[in-house]
Amino acid sequence: MTLFLEQMLNGVQFGVMLFLLAAGLTLIFGIMGVINLAHGSIYMIGAYAGTWVATETGSFWLGIPAALAAAAFTGAAIEFLVVRRLYGRDHLDQVLATFGLILIFNQTITILFGRQPLFVSMPALLDGSVELLPGLVYPIYRLAIIAVGLLVALGLYLLINKTRIGMLVRAGSTNREMVRALGVDIRLLYTLVFGLGALLAGLAGFMAGPILAVQVGMGEQILITTFVVVVIGGVGSIRGAFFASLILGIVDTGLRAYLPGLLRQVMVGPEADALGAGISSMGIYLLMAIVLLIRPKGLFIRNS
Amino acid sequence: MNFRRMLLAASVSALAALPAFAAEPVKIGMITTLSGPAGYLGQDIRDGFMLALEEGKLGGVLVELVVEDDGLKPGQGKQIAERFLSENGIKLFTGIVFSNVAGATIPDIVDSGAFYVSPNAAPSNLAGKECNENYFVVSWQNDSLHESAGQNATNLGYKKAFVLAPNYQAGKDAIAGFKRYFKGEIAGEIYTRLDQTDFAAELAQVRAAKPDVVFQFHPGGLGITFLRQYEQSGLMKEIPMVVAEPSMDGVTLAAVGDAAIGLNVSSHWNSDFDNAANKKFMDAWNKTYNRPVTYYASQGYDAALAYASALKATRGNIDDADAFRDALRKADFESVRGKFAFGPNQHPVQNWYALKVEKGADGKPVLKTVGEVFKDHGDAYAADCKM
Amino acid sequence: MEKSLKRPALLAGVLIALIALPVVADATGYAALTSLATRVLIYGIAAASLNFVLGYGGMVSFGHAAFFGIGGYVVGILYQHYSLGEPLFGFISGTNQLLITIPVALVVSGLMAALIGALSLRTGGVQFIMITLAFAQMLFFLFVSLKTYGGDDGLIIRRANELPGLNMRDKQTVYYVCLAITVLFFVILWRIVNSRFGNVIVGLRQSEKRMAAIGLPAYRYKLMAFVISGMGCGLAGALMANFLRYASPDMIHWTKSGELMVMVILGGVGTLFGPLLGAAVFIVLESILASWTENWQLGLGLILLFVVLYTQGGVQALGARMFGRRA
Repeated sequence: MTLFLEQMLNGVQFGVMLFLLAAGLTLIFGIMGVINLAHGSIYMIGAYAGTWVATETGSFWLGIPAALAAAAFTGAAIEFLVVRRLYGRDHLDQVLATFGLILIFNQTITILFGRQPLFVSMPALLDGSVELLPGLVYPIYRLAIIAVGLLVALGLYLLINKTRIGMLVRAGSTNREMVRALGVDIRLLYTLVFGLGALLAGLAGFMAGPILAVQVGMGEQILITTFVVVVIGGVGSIRGAFFASLILGIVDTGLRAYLPGLLRQVMVGPEADALGAGISSMGIYLLMAIVLLIRPKGLFIRNS
Repeated sequence: MNFRRMLLAASVSALAALPAFAAEPVKIGMITTLSGPAGYLGQDIRDGFMLALEEGKLGGVLVELVVEDDGLKPGQGKQIAERFLSENGIKLFTGIVFSNVAGATIPDIVDSGAFYVSPNAAPSNLAGKECNENYFVVSWQNDSLHESAGQNATNLGYKKAFVLAPNYQAGKDAIAGFKRYFKGEIAGEIYTRLDQTDFAAELAQVRAAKPDVVFQFHPGGLGITFLRQYEQSGLMKEIPMVVAEPSMDGVTLAAVGDAAIGLNVSSHWNSDFDNAANKKFMDAWNKTYNRPVTYYASQGYDAALAYASALKATRGNIDDADAFRDALRKADFESVRGKFAFGPNQHPVQNWYALKVEKGADGKPVLKTVGEVFKDHGDAYAADCKM
Repeated sequence: MEKSLKRPALLAGVLIALIALPVVADATGYAALTSLATRVLIYGIAAASLNFVLGYGGMVSFGHAAFFGIGGYVVGILYQHYSLGEPLFGFISGTNQLLITIPVALVVSGLMAALIGALSLRTGGVQFIMITLAFAQMLFFLFVSLKTYGGDDGLIIRRANELPGLNMRDKQTVYYVCLAITVLFFVILWRIVNSRFGNVIVGLRQSEKRMAAIGLPAYRYKLMAFVISGMGCGLAGALMANFLRYASPDMIHWTKSGELMVMVILGGVGTLFGPLLGAAVFIVLESILASWTENWQLGLGLILLFVVLYTQGGVQALGARMFGRRA
């Protein structure tokens, strides 16, 4: 039972991590209609900038503003220099441009930081584990990630449902043309949303530092999974992104944890393990295909 | 900017200084992976190789090293090989890091009569049925890495092991290799994913199975992630770990830091080896590069030494392929790992050592050699090789 | 519809240049140019096939590498069973004959496209992009876990498929075979694009409602186009496996789908020869930059960005504008 609870926590932790990335992506996607492949690069930039500052200054905490600032600045720069020119254009042009950006960012990081992954130290405060229940020992850092993720989700909920900007965002994701027609300064709104999305991606990147490898290409690894989240949740829906992230995190963790064991009941050991690993790799894609076949617009968008 | 035609500054000046009879430099083509997360592997192979050049010469023969990035794409590697062969007239090749690039590229190279000395990848088919007289490996056969880890676990007296590796060919080979030499029982076996970023689910299973020891194979960034999470979950204190060198090279160690202390590693080379060739290599490395050394660099260096020995014996005449091949086969060079010889399939027969990660003099973790695992270990595929 | 075919002189010129290319390459000492051109032709077929659904039909598939990979694996798997002498599933014997492997690759990739298309076409827009990606990734992981066929290491095809009367070990011969197939492919594609069927596909992109109003079954037409496109990619994959003598899961990886898409956009979406041009530009750039500097990705990224921001409609449009013509 404690093992099951631990796996659930693992799923939630993976889920909130995905949410930080998916929230920005779904807003940019839903409101501006831009497919931003470079979102993963911003995640990488957040990780590098934060880790570098943390290592140079010796303080993990100083890394946080550095990561946020670098990511938000990069995001705003991308919006201002590149994406702004592509709003009216085809999705395909956006794909090509942001694909170009991925190459540029990856190589620039390689030139600046070299090819070796960076070392990240863990702050003493968050190092170690706590016993949540008898027999359930869990790393503090992961609990902190869950807490930050849930706080961000709450903050976004308040921002979107209780503020004027949030109202515009909501309006923008349902009917872009209408917001524009009402004379709202859409440019400012766009830059703000893009910057906010980038900020969250940078935060995710920095928080991932101590548990993952900070290396070139870390963004693309998670980018596709994030797109899966966005599509399952429904494009433009923060609520959808939140629940889809959690579902995906838990399903993915659950498959990895329990599928080989279940298969071993009916098959020989090694084959069951290999098959189980194969199926759980496909798991999130299979889930997405099934969701889309039943609800073509995603889980949290009403089909019209 | 690093240009491909790395006619090293040294060799340019050497050329200029020599009288008119100076021969054309012998070209060596290096196809390696320099971009993406695995870029540091190719970088170290290249830089290790270059350390062996003495004023632009290998074995007293002027050489020109031509380096190109395969981007970890088999098609790209093949294309580069073809251009090197047909346009640059290159006959000596080296550099490939990954088995999949090797599989697509090496058959073309050796089929056209050129030589290939592998500084890293050595897939099983090329060691067995598909072996070739122009194909040499100075690193190891892929399986040996994990066989040594299995033997190491047996030597350390562990009875119950939990094994983890990514669900791809090299991962399955790793687990098979480990099991071949591990005498205890397997408490559990998990295949992870190549694109996995979170191992919490697997670690929970490891903890539940309560094994004596964990064996895992996760190269590069994957390994850094795995080790960090293993340590953070508190498992490092409870269950010791054995790995083979791809999961714990110098760069991985620097990125993981103290989390790796106590780890048992098996390797064919370590930076603290006490022999003249290795001391020379380590001095040169530390003087030239300001970064941790990896075994990839040592293999690049040994590949250069192997070519140097043959170039010296043939006085730079590579047109007589038979003579050049015979000279290469003798492996007449001082390897940085000490004893070295080629087996019947031209793969190494060498010793394997047990290393342990300990706190070094400066407080940073280092890999320390603590014992021997195998003596004169070859590979199982040599039997299938008919040359 | 397609104006470039109304410039037969230009086309004939390009064709003659392509025929002369290996001879010129050998004479000038750039023999590897022939192989580079072979790769361009093969990717050109794949990109043009993708463009048929993407550019003409408006169906943005992010999973076309699946069919490319299937074509490659058909050749690889048939060769493996041929060389081991063990029939596939116990009754299909392997083969190394190009005249058999290519049609088999076409059929298998067509069937796969029918299956994937039938499910994917129930969605549209972004969801279509993602669901095609999902199916391709599932196939990717499937082939990665297939130990029998090399898993992640891929399948080495020791000798290219044979064609009676030709020496397929000769690089120039392989090039001419690919060139002939490419010409044939583009003629067929041209016929399709300009047929009634092609008009319906373009009409569906512009307005599915209008097409439905005149009583055309949109779904069936789109599926047909998807299958044709998948078969084209399968053909390219089969040729690529013969050219590389190697098939591996990275033929199916999403980055390959992305590359194909980049080629299409780079060359010019919805044009007959744009994708071929895009493939040429992409592959030549990648090779030249990589041989020039190890930071080639930076250069490639900047060039892609430039093309998007400052040329409207890809390299073909750029060329047309530079020479004062309208594309």
